[in-house]
Amino acid sequence: MSLYLRRRLLLTVPVLLGVSTLVFLFVHLIPGDPVEVMLGEQALATDKEALRRNLGLDRPLHLQYVGFIKGLLTGTLGRSLFTDEPVGETLLRHLGPTALLAGASLLIALAFALPLGILAALRQGSLLDRGAILLALTGVAIPNFVLGPLLILAFSIGLGWTPVSGAEGPSHLILPALTLGTAMAGILSRMIRSSLLETLGEEYLRTARAKGLPERAVILRHALRTSLIPVITVVGLQAGGLLSGALITETIFAWPGLGRLTIQAINSRDYPLVQGAVLFIALGYVAVNLVTDLLYARADPRIRLR
Amino acid sequence: MPARTRESGFGRARVGIVAGVATLLALLVVASAAPWLAPAPPSTVALADGLKGPSAHHPLGQDRLGRDILARIFYGARASLLVGGLTVTLSAGIGLLFGGISGFVGGRLDDSLMRLTEILQAFPGILLAIAFSAILGPSLTNVVVALSLIGWVGYARLTRGQVLLARELPYVEAAQSLGASAPRILVGHIAPNILAPLLVEASFGMAGAIVGEASLSFLGLGVQPPTPSWGSMLNEARAYLMVAPHLLLFPGLAIALVVLGLNLLGDGLRDWLDVR
Repeated sequence: MSLYLRRRLLLTVPVLLGVSTLVFLFVHLIPGDPVEVMLGEQALATDKEALRRNLGLDRPLHLQYVGFIKGLLTGTLGRSLFTDEPVGETLLRHLGPTALLAGASLLIALAFALPLGILAALRQGSLLDRGAILLALTGVAIPNFVLGPLLILAFSIGLGWTPVSGAEGPSHLILPALTLGTAMAGILSRMIRSSLLETLGEEYLRTARAKGLPERAVILRHALRTSLIPVITVVGLQAGGLLSGALITETIFAWPGLGRLTIQAINSRDYPLVQGAVLFIALGYVAVNLVTDLLYARADPRIRLR
Repeated sequence: MPARTRESGFGRARVGIVAGVATLLALLVVASAAPWLAPAPPSTVALADGLKGPSAHHPLGQDRLGRDILARIFYGARASLLVGGLTVTLSAGIGLLFGGISGFVGGRLDDSLMRLTEILQAFPGILLAIAFSAILGPSLTNVVVALSLIGWVGYARLTRGQVLLARELPYVEAAQSLGASAPRILVGHIAPNILAPLLVEASFGMAGAIVGEASLSFLGLGVQPPTPSWGSMLNEARAYLMVAPHLLLFPGLAIALVVLGLNLLGDGLRDWLDVR
């Protein structure tokens, strides 16, 4: 395991460096002058000049890049151009809400997908199976920016059960988590269904039945266990997708997480904050992939021995 | 032999393929015949009738400025179709080229290209698209460029994998030993093998690009007003959820149906062509 772990960790180093470089380039290629955004267009040229020097924006690009990488290695990401708060602190403050939202979405997705996928597989070809597939396909086809407002329309405006937006209490979490979790529930239920179907044809299940195990035990202990292995990968990949969805979902529901912060930072040209936020999200992506690979290796001994 | 439980063949696939092709055709017809199909021009403003619900003259109602929603959905289909089609073409083109070269040449070049794809895949797609659009400025062309700059990665990895597989095949070795040039082998012998997975990827890719365009337009980074786009219509709808839900429902339905159709097409093609 340790050899596999070391090799897998080593592989992430060039990816991380590439990601950081790309983020730096992105931010500096975005047109618009942050100094002008901060001071307004009518500001005096000398004021602008002073601020630019103060922020280090007057240095040549390659020096700014070196400074950026040095900062990364020492764990400093600079300060927000607008709030003057260290970027790292701002990001950490917004990490909690996003993690909460992503976790809740994942739970909702699994709560729908597991029973739906298992039942559909066990009753393959039945009306229930077809219904489950259709439901799953619909869940995947509705984009977040349609589903979110639809849920608001039904549950907040129509029924008055949930708040429209914000993050004051647990009831605020329901709609954004449903919005973010629905597509994943659709993907996962189909994945669980097809994976279980594949496993159900295996010979060792016949053996398990032949030795007299009750059907329940055959399914739960033998079939489900094997068929959930590929599902781990999909959960991992989709967990990354959740971060993507969070950008739009958080914007719709005014959820104070990383996604909304990132969009706001891009709109206000807050260079250090955009840099930090995008980097943070990409790192989260890389980390999720890493954990997925490691979990996978744990679940399937053939991989770590390769 | 374990019992074969995975359904396959054209039977089950047919439903999806027919539904998908029908969706594509409908989108094509609506987009190209928009001027004749629409009950009114898409940009005719009638402020007094702002936010009015469905009526005889305006079957799906009117938006904030009194513009006909059905007309804007029809014209909005143009943006979806154009972005979807162009993005898939451009992405597949770049991906085939880079993936083919990467798989064929191998070595250092292959290593660096694959690292590059890993780096690009380390970002959530929509975040990269937002960043590219912010750099390039919002317009329909730039949406296509932004989405293609991300989209090519999947095709490149797919192509590379197929090339590596095909290189070992006896008939490719035979062609090589007969002195066929690399491009000739790539086009004549390997490309046909890639076609099936490519078609599947393209179906899902088109759905992804259409959602991508709508997402960017929803965030104000895509197609600019007054050009109609389903994404910007949906963005506008948010402010009037309470008084005019039809602003949300109809464009939302349009995009969900198109995505559903294209996903069905991708699923159907995958079952039929037996692509893993």
